[in-house]
Amino acid sequence: MPEPMGFYTDTTVCIGCKACEVACKEWNQLPATNGGRNTMSGDSYDNTRRLDGIHWRHVKFIEQFSADRRDGRWLLMSDVCKHCVRAGCLEVCPTGAIIRTEFDTVVIQSDTCNGCRDCIGACPFGVIGINPASGTAEKCTLCYDRLQAGLEPACAKACPTESINFGPIADLKKMAQARLGQLHRAGESRAHLYGADERMLGGLNSFYLLVDKPEVYGLPPDPKIPSRNLKPSALWSMLGAVAIALTSVVSFRNRGGRDV
Amino acid sequence: MSSTFFTASPEWRWAIVVYFFLGGLAGGSYFLATVLDMFGKDRRLVRFGYLVAFPLVCVSGLLLTLDLKRPERFWHMMIESHTWHPMLKTYSPMSSGAWALLAFGGFAFLSCIAVLGERGWLRWRAVRWLSPPTMVGWLIRVIGTLLGLYVAGYTGVLLSVTNRPIWADTTLLGVIFLISAASTSAALLIVFGSWAGVSGDSVHALERFDRRVLVLELVLIVAMIASLGRVAMVWLNGWGVGLALMLVGGIALPIVLQSRPPAGSVIGPVLVLVGGFVFRALIVFYSGRL
Repeated sequence: MPEPMGFYTDTTVCIGCKACEVACKEWNQLPATNGGRNTMSGDSYDNTRRLDGIHWRHVKFIEQFSADRRDGRWLLMSDVCKHCVRAGCLEVCPTGAIIRTEFDTVVIQSDTCNGCRDCIGACPFGVIGINPASGTAEKCTLCYDRLQAGLEPACAKACPTESINFGPIADLKKMAQARLGQLHRAGESRAHLYGADERMLGGLNSFYLLVDKPEVYGLPPDPKIPSRNLKPSALWSMLGAVAIALTSVVSFRNRGGRDV
Repeated sequence: MSSTFFTASPEWRWAIVVYFFLGGLAGGSYFLATVLDMFGKDRRLVRFGYLVAFPLVCVSGLLLTLDLKRPERFWHMMIESHTWHPMLKTYSPMSSGAWALLAFGGFAFLSCIAVLGERGWLRWRAVRWLSPPTMVGWLIRVIGTLLGLYVAGYTGVLLSVTNRPIWADTTLLGVIFLISAASTSAALLIVFGSWAGVSGDSVHALERFDRRVLVLELVLIVAMIASLGRVAMVWLNGWGVGLALMLVGGIALPIVLQSRPPAGSVIGPVLVLVGGFVFRALIVFYSGRL
C-alpha cells in the first residue's frame, strides 16, 4: 500500500509564473476557454481568478498596497484541491463518482459523475466546477495517472522555485516545519501552516505555508465537513413531522359529526 | 466572516426550485389525504390528495433528471455504474432522497391506482386490496405517508448538508421545508375543495390545520434567520425585502384571511402557494449569489 501523498505549497517562494497552471492544463488536456468564452479579469494579472472544472491549478495574485502605493507586497499562492482526509465532496456524492485512491487523494471519476453538482456546494474550498467539455464535475486529481506510473504531478514537476512540493505527507510535514522555523528565526512571525494538522478536516493532503491570515488568500478560516449539519437537520425535521401529525390530529378530529 | 462564503455555488436553478415546491406538494398532499381519510373527511379531498401526488412525483423526477449536466446518467443515482451494485449513501441527503423519491413514487402510484379503482375507472379485482381496510391498503398508506414526509423535508436537509452561505449556516431548512410542504398542500386541497364545491367540516378542518402550520412556519423562519447569527446581515438588501414580503403576503396575511374567510374565498390559500414557491426560490437563488 503506497503512503499518503500530497502537496506542500510554500507560498513565500512562489513567483507567480503560472508554470503550474500551464503544466496542469497541458497534462490533463483541460480546455483553454470556458465553453468558447475567453474572458479576462481586466484588473489583475490573474485572469484565471478561481479554481473550477477547467482550472485545477490557480495562482492567486494578492496585492497588499498602501493607499499611496509607497508600501506594499505581492502575495502569490498556487491553489489547488486540498485532497481533504475528511472530504465533503466525497461524503455527499450520490453516484459514487468521487473516490479515495490508494495514495489517500480524492478523485472524481468523470465516467461516473452525472453532473448533479452536490459536490460543488459541499466543498469547503470551492475548488470543484463543471467542465463544459465533459458535462461533469472536475477538479485536481493530483495527477492520479502520473502517480500510478511513479511520476510526480505535472504542476510540481514544472514549478521552478519549489514552491509546490510533492511527496509523502509525513516527509512534507517535516519539510514544512523546518521552513516555518527558518522563517520565524528570520523574523517573519506571521508565517504559519494551513491545514498541516488533523484539526482541519482530518488534515489537508495539500497544505500551505502562509504569511497572512487564510482569508487574505481566499481560504476559509474554519472549513467544515458538510455532514456536521446532517444529524441536527434530520432531528429538527423529525420533530417537525411529529408537530405536523399532532396538528393534523388536533385540527381534523371531529367537531359534531363526520362529513359525507 | 463565515467560512461558507469561501465556497462555490452549485448553480441550482429553476428546475430545482420547482422540484422543491412540487416534491413538497406531493408529499404533503399524500400525508393530508391519509389523515383526512383516517378522520373520515370528504372523499373528494382524500381522492384528490392521492391522485395529485403521483403526477407531481413524476414531474419531480423529470425535473431532477433535466437538471443534471449529464441527464442520460440519471440512473447512476441508483446503480454504481462500475460494479452495478445499488448505490445508496444514507449520510448523503441527495442519495437517500433519490431513493426516497423513487420509493414514494411507487407508493403514490399504488394509491393513485386504488383511487381510480374506487371511482370505478379501473375494474381490476386486485385494486380493492390497495385500499384500507385491508392490511395491504393500510401498509401502503402508512409507508407512503412516511416516505411523502421524507420527500417533503429532505430537500431542506440537503441544502444544509453543503458548505454554502445561509444553507449551511442553519440546521432549520429541513423542518421549514417540511412545514411549508404541509401548509402549501393544505392550501392546494382547500383550493380544490372550493373548486369542487366541498363544504363544511372538511374544508374548515383544512383551514384550521393550515393556520396552525402557517404560524409554526412563521416562527421557524424567524428562528432560522436568528440562527444565522452574523450571516443574517446578508438579508439587509433587496433579497431581504423579498423575504419580508413573502413572510407578510405568503404567511401572515393568509393566517388573517383564513381566520375569517368569506365563503369560497381562495385568496388566502393561493397566497400560501405563491409564498411557498417564492420562499424556496429566495433560499436557492440568494445563496447562489453570495
